[in-house]
Amino acid sequence: MLWSVLAGFILAPLALLPAGPAARWRGWFQALLPLGLTLYFLGRLGAVAGGQVLIAHQSWVPGLGVDLAFYLDGLSLLFALLITGVGTLVMAYAGAYLHGHPQQGRFFFWLTLFMASMLGLVLAGNVLTLFIFWELTSLTSFFLIGFDHQREAARQAAMQALLVTALGGAALLAGLLVLGQAAGGYDFATFLSRGEVLRAHPWYLAGLLLVLGGAFTKSAQVPFHFWLPSAMEAPTPVSAYLHSVTMVKAGVYLLARLHPVLGGTPAWFWLLTGFGGATLLTGAWLALRQSDMKRILAYTTVSALGGLVLLLGVGSEAALHAALVYLLAHALYKGALFLTAGAVDHAAGSRDVNQLRGLARPLPLLAAAATAAALSMAGLPPLLGFLAKEALYRAALAAPVAGLLTALAWTSGVLLVAAALLLVARPFFAAPRTPRADLHAPTPALWLGPLLLAGGGLLCGLAPGLVNRPLLAAAGAAVTGGPPVPLDLALWHGVDAVLLLGLLTLAAGVALYVNLGRLARVPALWRGAPGWGTARLYELGVAALYGLARRQTRILQSGYLRHYILTLVGFAVGLTALTLVSRGLSPSLPGLAELRLFEGAVALMILCGALFAVFSPSRLSAVVAMGTIGYGVALIFVEFGAPDLAMTQFVIETMTVILFVLSIHRLPTYLPRSSRLVQGRDALLAIAAGGLMTLLMLLVLEAGGGSRVAEFFAEQTWPAAHGRDIVNVILVDFRAMDTLGEIAVLTLAGVGVHALLRLRSKAGEN
Amino acid sequence: MPSLILRTATLYLMPMLLLLSAFLLLRGHYLPGGGFIGGLVAAATFSLHCLAFSAQATRELLRVPPVSLAAVGLLTALLSGVLSLGEGAPFLTGRWGRLDAGVLGVYDLGTPLLFDLGIYLVVIGATLSIVTSLAEEA
Repeated sequence: MLWSVLAGFILAPLALLPAGPAARWRGWFQALLPLGLTLYFLGRLGAVAGGQVLIAHQSWVPGLGVDLAFYLDGLSLLFALLITGVGTLVMAYAGAYLHGHPQQGRFFFWLTLFMASMLGLVLAGNVLTLFIFWELTSLTSFFLIGFDHQREAARQAAMQALLVTALGGAALLAGLLVLGQAAGGYDFATFLSRGEVLRAHPWYLAGLLLVLGGAFTKSAQVPFHFWLPSAMEAPTPVSAYLHSVTMVKAGVYLLARLHPVLGGTPAWFWLLTGFGGATLLTGAWLALRQSDMKRILAYTTVSALGGLVLLLGVGSEAALHAALVYLLAHALYKGALFLTAGAVDHAAGSRDVNQLRGLARPLPLLAAAATAAALSMAGLPPLLGFLAKEALYRAALAAPVAGLLTALAWTSGVLLVAAALLLVARPFFAAPRTPRADLHAPTPALWLGPLLLAGGGLLCGLAPGLVNRPLLAAAGAAVTGGPPVPLDLALWHGVDAVLLLGLLTLAAGVALYVNLGRLARVPALWRGAPGWGTARLYELGVAALYGLARRQTRILQSGYLRHYILTLVGFAVGLTALTLVSRGLSPSLPGLAELRLFEGAVALMILCGALFAVFSPSRLSAVVAMGTIGYGVALIFVEFGAPDLAMTQFVIETMTVILFVLSIHRLPTYLPRSSRLVQGRDALLAIAAGGLMTLLMLLVLEAGGGSRVAEFFAEQTWPAAHGRDIVNVILVDFRAMDTLGEIAVLTLAGVGVHALLRLRSKAGEN
Repeated sequence: MPSLILRTATLYLMPMLLLLSAFLLLRGHYLPGGGFIGGLVAAATFSLHCLAFSAQATRELLRVPPVSLAAVGLLTALLSGVLSLGEGAPFLTGRWGRLDAGVLGVYDLGTPLLFDLGIYLVVIGATLSIVTSLAEEA
């Protein structure tokens, strides 16, 4: 099981290899991995249906108690099969969709990485493992939404999705940590068995709210729903895969996974049904106001996600079972519709439902797939969508606030019927105004995916037994926390309230669709309030962030070297002086009697160099004067028996002068432009810094002997490090890690200067 | 145009300076010296060449771009640290072995020497990258 997740990460870079003339087969080639994984998970069907939970453990960071743990039960298996199965079709589809695209390889790279991350998310057997894969899906999704990175809109949408989901991810991490602490364990084996403890724990509400923050952002619940329609900037295979079938359902997966431990409380019920219900209705209503196929689909996806959260919130066995059927039905029809929208766009060059007409004749297979999927979405028998809608109504009718929930479900059902008609009726079946001759015939990869998915919806509707006992029953057991019970899936329950509700939904939906044009003319209804609140709030927030960044950069990064030096030296002097004063430290001045002639001469040389550097009218001579100061210091090192330091000082001083000379001779002639005041300030600071340094040195001399570091190194140099030169042994052995850091910085500096100068000279040439 | 005297002197000085830098590098662990000083001496040598001739000439003399030299040095230093991991010891633990080269003598070799070689290359590479870039700009 470990390898089923890792395989994607390991094999993803293969997609980056240049394919040459074989590029047209790349989609089929990339589909092999998900296909193999699908077969692998199908093979686990028997064991899991028998109630087994497969667990794999791989120790990862043992020091922190973090393991890479995987956990396969019915719920994970349902999601894993969706991810790999739909993944297979999407990979093949994307090969044709992006045929001839220069960045095709990169696309498959990210898509494979995403698939692996998503698999890791649903197979995670530890809340921390789950979180890591959760964030990986956000990251890979960022690159996939922004794939067309030369368009501003795509970049913005990618950023928006990343910010919203990453903020939610931060909340999720906090929530998982709180709950894990409360439960006393992060492994699912422990975590999922501590429901009683968790629900009674004082941290329960805080943990729940934080986890919901993560789940609601990921699954685009109101008020965070705005990122999902924006994410339609992604290439259509991505929209189909990430933004309808898999990633956006991660939040639903998490809630379903946590339902046995966190569910069943009033807080859970009201929060989930409240937000879910609002999303269900908002999404369906906003879908009708769109004309771009992909945006219609995006909003209906928002609506479906709301429905799933609502059902998980209700939490009765009927509701949880309904959620699973709804999940499967939605994945099948929405995947098919998204892929159809992409194929239509590819063939006809437009996705506008008001422009497209009569596509059924030239594109019969796509029309069949789209019709079957749309009927499933509208909830017509004998498709799986019908079973899902019946289950939804049945659960709503039996729920605590039945009247309100049923009304909500019914209204959104009506809106979804109208949206389904909007998607297929005119684009495929209206008589075309002018016969179109310019349609590209879609290749098999483009129609196979939608057809198989829509066919799957039909097959599962006709024979629900195919998926009921082997898959959904085990998934139901994981969500309810009870034993596996087959779901109540039948096309005919006799004439009852649910059937009547369904018929009413259809009738009202068709009526709504017919009158859509009339409705659109009521501006108050159609345009609504400008900017739906949260999307605007997001924009304002991002703008404020940029503003803040600009302002603080202007203050802190003035771009003048003198300001930086002033700040650095000023702070160093001020803080050190403060410490000295507060500790009441003052050194005694040594007498000058011990001064030898040699030392005096060197000191005089240093002094002269310093004075010359300060008053020199030319930069070049100032630099050379500074060099004599350095040589003077080196002479003192020699005198006091530190040959290493002396050698280094000599060479460094030489190199510094060379570098200065190389860069200075390009500057304009030096002119004393600073005012007296500024010069005075600089002189004061320089004297303060020098004086402080002297003071410190004297203090060090007085306090010397307290530390045993020098003795330790002297004793250990030979026995511990096999060396005799203390300085060098410290550099390459005792403190080798520091040295490694330093040479890394040095390398970076070399690369940086090289790049800066080279780039500038290149820009100058052009 | 740099002077002919400087050029000629440079050509005589360079081999000796480079020899000195290698000498400093190798004796580092037992006597004052080491990769840092050795590298600086070598870098100063090539800087002298750069001043006497041209950045272009120095680049040709080096054959490899200075930045690559620095990168190879960094990798060498890293490698010397990784070697001890194989024996279960922490990163950068010094490992020593004895090389018996017959007539040439017996030498103690260890990973710190490899690490020092890395420092040596990084210092040469980074410094010369800056020097040649600056000199070329001129």
